[in-house]
Amino acid sequence: MKHTPPVTLFVQCIIDTIYPDVAEAMVKVLEDLNIQVSCPTSQTCCGQPAFNSGHRQVAKAAACKFIDLFEEAEIIISPSGSCVNMVRHHYPELFADDPEMQKRAIKVGAKTYEFTQYLVDVLQAEDVGARFARKVTYHASCHLNRFLGVDRQPRALLSHIREMELIEMKDADRCCGFGGTFAVKYSDISEAILKEKVDNILQTGAEVVTGCDMGCLMNIQGMLSRINASVEVKHIAQLLAER
Amino acid sequence: MAGIDSEKYKQNAHKAIADPVLQSALTSLQGRLGPATKKLYNTLPEGQELRKIAHQYRRKAIDNLDVLLETLAENIRSHGGQVHFAPSAEDAVEICVRIALENHVRTVVKGKSMVTEEIGLNDGLEQAGIEVTETDLGEYIIQLAGERPTHIVAPAIHKTREQIGELFTEKLGTPYTDDPPTLTQDARRALREKFLTADMGISGCNLACAETGHITTVSNEGNIRMATTLPKLHVAVMGMERIVANLEEQQAILRLMSMGAASQQIGGYVSYVGGPAAPGHSDGPEQFHLIIVDNGRSKILADETFREMLCCIRCGACLNICPVYGKIGGHSYGSAYSGPVGAVVTPLLFGINDASDLCSGESLCGACRQACPLEINLPRMLLALRSKLSEGDPSWQVKPARNQERWLFRCWQFVNGNRTLYNLFYAVARKAQKILPTQDGMIRKLPYPFNGWTSQRNMQPLAPKTFMQRWQEKQEGKK
Repeated sequence: MKHTPPVTLFVQCIIDTIYPDVAEAMVKVLEDLNIQVSCPTSQTCCGQPAFNSGHRQVAKAAACKFIDLFEEAEIIISPSGSCVNMVRHHYPELFADDPEMQKRAIKVGAKTYEFTQYLVDVLQAEDVGARFARKVTYHASCHLNRFLGVDRQPRALLSHIREMELIEMKDADRCCGFGGTFAVKYSDISEAILKEKVDNILQTGAEVVTGCDMGCLMNIQGMLSRINASVEVKHIAQLLAER
Repeated sequence: MAGIDSEKYKQNAHKAIADPVLQSALTSLQGRLGPATKKLYNTLPEGQELRKIAHQYRRKAIDNLDVLLETLAENIRSHGGQVHFAPSAEDAVEICVRIALENHVRTVVKGKSMVTEEIGLNDGLEQAGIEVTETDLGEYIIQLAGERPTHIVAPAIHKTREQIGELFTEKLGTPYTDDPPTLTQDARRALREKFLTADMGISGCNLACAETGHITTVSNEGNIRMATTLPKLHVAVMGMERIVANLEEQQAILRLMSMGAASQQIGGYVSYVGGPAAPGHSDGPEQFHLIIVDNGRSKILADETFREMLCCIRCGACLNICPVYGKIGGHSYGSAYSGPVGAVVTPLLFGINDASDLCSGESLCGACRQACPLEINLPRMLLALRSKLSEGDPSWQVKPARNQERWLFRCWQFVNGNRTLYNLFYAVARKAQKILPTQDGMIRKLPYPFNGWTSQRNMQPLAPKTFMQRWQEKQEGKK
């Protein structure tokens, strides 16, 4: 295989602390493609919850830490479209009145990729050798799909998984109601939106629901579990790591 | 009515979610209009690119608002019309009432207009003893019911035909029916009499054209055309941002507006009104007045962060796609402007602190921007409003709200800034989570302030080790 530059992992905080298996699956997929992976273990949250709640000074502190830590990396990969959107689009906004920091933020943002985007757009790897003999449905996360414009990439990867049946759900690109702190602060509204998503998932008869953002998937899993539905929730990296 | 009632956003949303009639109406509305509008954008002869170009037209108009408004006023005056500038809602109402009283007006017919809802014009006229009749069918229904619109374009979608049947029997004395064509005929008969006897017609203005000096109204019932041509007086009320430079730009925006509003290539009736009936012409009003309303728009204009909001043409396309609006409906917003557009414009016009739930209670999914015919970046402005709420801004008279939340985020910043502390925090949390009630290994009840999460959802507990710990152990194993 041709030489590809080493990648640096930027692990979403909820994957780091709640779903570490997802990051391990991502590492497996990358290593199987002979890519050298490194991971700065002092990384923490990118600051998106604070930013979305309007606490920009708090988000700025997180952004400074992130930029210091990842600035030297050649390529930064994250298993979350939402976190990549934060780094790529909102970090430069945060430093609108600090041209020096803004320059650094833009530079870091430009080399930060969402996992499936990196595989398909950069490596041109749509078939990573995965095999997963289950019925699966795909939820297109909003920040990934609308703000990063990444939809074709995960679908291309899914279409190459052997023995897997992909069943399209109704309104796959409609919000699941997560919205970060919104889900806690406006839980009635969040749950009403989520209920529609869960109904659409159940209607497909799929055994597994997948996506590229654990925020949304944690939300979906929360309700599936509450109603004792047997549908499992798996990040796309976990499907791609199956052999 | 003027003013807003947005403080009960959460309670109103809760009620709306529990209302099966409203839920089915909202699902049906979004199912029809959302996808149909999206499809229509693909049929634009100029291509989707037109949406970006039209955004530029609007932006250019907003950047040159002073010149365009002056040109519009001059041209309308040269056609024999009268133009009034109203700095506030009260001024606008007062001007309109004065015109009515000076002309001994007793009855008014009105075309659908959001700005008149915003300024509370009906209340003002009624207080002066003038009878006002809304002539858009949906607006007429909610006026009879004494309610507020639940959608910018489809104001009465929350009412069933049975409810409308009962309402008409009670208010119009017609025999009960729930047959929509018969109900429409009943309304038509009642309204026809109002049209023929009204002393004054009031309309809004979808978009004025500076170059030619006219306002444009778009409707699908023909009611606005009748309201503005039959009575001897026509008063049009426009928000001061509803203007564009020339006809070419105007037609592009009107087409996009029709697509956003009703999934149409163009509205059924598009009227261009530049003044009263020309001398010697028998049709048209004797007097034409245009009231141009500021009511907080200058303040939006002055702030670069929010200036883009003035490009909005109130088509309501964002309501037809928004997952939040799709569950809570228009009344929850407590303002004439609901949905994503309301979540941004209501705080800007009526006070950011007073309408804080509107800009905070959104999931930031970005569907509104994609659905907007002009691709207005509503999510960006929602985020900007939230930062004003959290950090305060004297220029918008915003007091920092959410002190408890701010304190929590400050603590979080401290922990997040140092991985050792971060690990320690999660080590404690992992121990603490053991006392929480579970269901098949999932947490069933989270403590305050996270308890909202677990009212209908479980939560995956923290993993025994973080990924970073596992990674470090793996690296050490390799050595």
